[in-house]
Amino acid sequence: MSQPILEVKDLHVYYGAIHALKGLNFVVQPGEIVSLIGANGAGKTTTLRAISGIVESTGDILLQGQSLKTVKSYQRVSLGLAQSPEGRGVFPQMSVLENLEMGAYSRSDRSEIQKDIQMCFELFPRLQERIKQSAGTMSGGEQQMLAISRALMSRPKLLLLDEPSLGLAPRIVSQIFEIIKKVNSQGVTILLVEQNARMALKVSNRAYVIETGEVTLEGRGQDLLNDDNVRRSYLGV
Amino acid sequence: MEDFFQHVINGVSLGSIYALIALGYTMVYGILQLINFAHSDVYMVGAFAAYYSAQFLGISEAPGISTLVILLASAMIGCSLLGLMIERFAYRPLRKAPKLNILITAIGVSLFLEYTAQVIFGADPKVFPTVLKDSVIVELGGVQIKSLDVAVLAITLLMMLALNFLIYRTKIGKAMRAVSTNVVVASLMGVNTDRIIAFTFIVGSSLAGVGSVLVGMKYPKIDPLMGMMIGLKAFVAAVLGGIGSIGGAVLGAMIMGLSEEMVVGYLSSTYRDALAFGILIVILIFRPSGLLGKNTVEKV
Ligand SMILES: Nc1ncnc2c1ncn2[C@@H]1O[C@H](COP(=O)(O)OP(=O)(O)OP(=O)(O)O)[C@@H](O)[C@H]1O
Ligand SMILES: [Mg+2]
Repeated sequence: MSQPILEVKDLHVYYGAIHALKGLNFVVQPGEIVSLIGANGAGKTTTLRAISGIVESTGDILLQGQSLKTVKSYQRVSLGLAQSPEGRGVFPQMSVLENLEMGAYSRSDRSEIQKDIQMCFELFPRLQERIKQSAGTMSGGEQQMLAISRALMSRPKLLLLDEPSLGLAPRIVSQIFEIIKKVNSQGVTILLVEQNARMALKVSNRAYVIETGEVTLEGRGQDLLNDDNVRRSYLGV
Repeated sequence: MEDFFQHVINGVSLGSIYALIALGYTMVYGILQLINFAHSDVYMVGAFAAYYSAQFLGISEAPGISTLVILLASAMIGCSLLGLMIERFAYRPLRKAPKLNILITAIGVSLFLEYTAQVIFGADPKVFPTVLKDSVIVELGGVQIKSLDVAVLAITLLMMLALNFLIYRTKIGKAMRAVSTNVVVASLMGVNTDRIIAFTFIVGSSLAGVGSVLVGMKYPKIDPLMGMMIGLKAFVAAVLGGIGSIGGAVLGAMIMGLSEEMVVGYLSSTYRDALAFGILIVILIFRPSGLLGKNTVEKV
């Protein structure tokens, strides 16, 4: 088997007295879409934050075999890691274009950046129509499109998406999932956190179920969709 | 009527100086949500940096453009280095500490600088070098436009344009805006946020350095406590405009400069300093977010 693109080993995170992650272990292989599913407060966002280095953690995180222990969060971007955070986190006073340029902050190849901006506009034509609009005045769905595009602007090898479908109308949700598949087919590995477990499992190669900071179940997306426990707890059937 | 125009000219000139200092308060607040009380002392050190450079180079009595440029550069460099050190050694170690701790540290740094400066520079006032000859450039029906006021205005304007360019047209400026909006997301974009914060201190401190030379040029007496009152007024100007807002700081400073000049001109110079506190109290009661201090305003 090839080297995993991401290995998370015995990951612990504390928020003061709260033990949010209690020894998490999982791997993501190159080219996969892997989802983390779990109830509110299970620790999914915390996991992504630890991978990006914006919360402190113990244990180890390896990106393409390289430990990230001593790598600062901003340095991880040039190693090929990007995240579209929970709540989108677009820069509200900046225009759509400026947000995209921020996504390319770690790069300096101007003409390639221009090409990638065009690529984002092909993925989401809506963004091109709003190129000058300040991001804060866009609708939730448009902001989500912007957040995903902005994360792609660093040309990541591994893209972390935290609840990209949150608060969006069903039609937009399917569009977002289509884009996720498309981006993945272009060679970007994806680690996806979703409340919408059904959609997430459908597009995922594999998934991990997280409960109160621990992995309790893992399997192929299709298998988990048919798993009785998963169906009861996360699919509402 | 002539009086009035003269007061406007003086007021705008004073307001420009407040603006240069107010920008440092507002930029650091925008990026760290910290009121950098030591900023007024950075300004003071700028005046001394210019003073000693002039002494060293023997240009204390050599008014002219080259002297102006040299003194501006010395003050800007001196202030940048000090601002950088304050950020690095006083504020950065407290990045994750409660806001109150940082605030108290800021007051401590300010006192430390004021009293260290008295030890090093001496408590007696010093005479600032003659930077430019003060001559009347034009006289229009009794209103005098003097070279110093023109210089103050021109330099301030130049600085504002440069700042505007920096913040809205450059990559590092975009990063400054990003960090001031959301530090965490900025670092997810690959921004070295510590570096951007340090850079913000450099920019704010250099502007204070420019302010110190302009003040020294107009009121050529400098001493280690010279930053206290003007720093306070600049701070009030920043709050008046909406702290965190760049445009607000300039607007607030102009209002402060003009109203101070009018009060002195038409009421009594006794009220000169009372005015600042009066304005502060009124804003805090009626519009604590300041004139432009809404969430829609770009902050850095
Ligand atoms: N900044 C914080 N300070 C203290 N506790 C926190 C903080 N952030 C998260 N937590 C706690 O850590 C636990 C995990 O939170 P996390 O945000 O990772 O959950 P999640 O799985 O993403 O949930 P959701 O589906 O609701 O987004 C929760 O109990 C939460 O209350
Ligand atoms: Mg979450």
